[in-house]
Amino acid sequence: MPDAAALPPWHQIVLDTFKQNDIRLIPYVPDNVLRPLIEGVHADPFFHAFTCAREEEALGIAAGAWMGGLRSMVLMQTSGFATLANVIASLAVPAQIPVLMMVSERGTLGEFNQGQALVARTMRPVMDALAMEHHTITRLDETGFIVDRTIRQAVATQAPATLILSPLLTGGKAQP
Amino acid sequence: MSAIQNQPVSRDQAKVMRRADLTRRLVARLKHEEAVIGGIGFSNFDLFGAGHRAQNFYMLGSMGLAVPIALGVALAQKQRRVFALEGDGSLLMQLGALGTVATQRPTNLCIVVLDNGAYQITGGQMAASGAGTDLIAIARASGLAQSAWAADETAFEEMVDRALTEDGPFVIGCRIDNARPEKQTPRDPSRIRDDFMRGLGVKK
Repeated sequence: MPDAAALPPWHQIVLDTFKQNDIRLIPYVPDNVLRPLIEGVHADPFFHAFTCAREEEALGIAAGAWMGGLRSMVLMQTSGFATLANVIASLAVPAQIPVLMMVSERGTLGEFNQGQALVARTMRPVMDALAMEHHTITRLDETGFIVDRTIRQAVATQAPATLILSPLLTGGKAQP
Repeated sequence: MSAIQNQPVSRDQAKVMRRADLTRRLVARLKHEEAVIGGIGFSNFDLFGAGHRAQNFYMLGSMGLAVPIALGVALAQKQRRVFALEGDGSLLMQLGALGTVATQRPTNLCIVVLDNGAYQITGGQMAASGAGTDLIAIARASGLAQSAWAADETAFEEMVDRALTEDGPFVIGCRIDNARPEKQTPRDPSRIRDDFMRGLGVKK
């Protein structure tokens, strides 16, 4: 693994890894922790980034784009993932569409919002119940490897996957 | 759509048409491998009933996502015209998608709203659209200026022809009956997806 002190910030590593894997479409529901990544993809003409009203809408767009030959990454926060069990179970998994999701993790390591703390506990059990690949990124020096390999495996196995960005990586949101 | 200005109709004035017949009329006008996303339930059953095409995607679950899926296809393949067939109950579930389509402005996208004012497949319970909610007015207010009710079958065909030749996005509202579909789509989602990707030339 590379020396963390010499590495760019997490959002730059993520953006570069998206590019290396030809991820161009970024439908998202905004999140404060994801802001530097969101601003990065908006500023780079390689990407087409836009907000959606709901996370499941963003998943539908990503599914359609995949079938049309365009790769996406859907960005959201933990509470947004809680709205997705049905669309993952009824569209992405049975149709074998490798929808890729990136979730900024709320509800742990200093959460101040009770609702976020509760809904966060549903996230990994839902992913496990759907037998969906998911990885939690905690370290800067592992970020590029995990993002790259997760995208590759999702595409190769035609299966959805989720990347969870831990507060250990991003700093999270410790203040209201 | 200039046809709209010539034939302004409200939802109440629009003729109640046969869903299966309208779907066949749409499919008959598709000559250039246009993509069609059939929404959950009778919308995709009638699309299958109109004759399978490799460019059809039949959405078996994920109610409300025919429009987002169609938007994704339209963004990925800007040279191809893309149609979404969506029921009124389904669209009510995902109204925010109209705003997303309006901000993305895909010129190659046409949304066909099949409105019988009810959740037909579950027993015909009334939807808000059956009690005065006007989905075409909502589409216009969402920023989709080229949205209109089809007065009758002839107007529907004219509007489809415009959606095939002029810059969209378009929304065509159709009052429809509550008939049972003639056929059911085979429930094999991975095959449906694979056929569709081959039909779009993404897989060989």
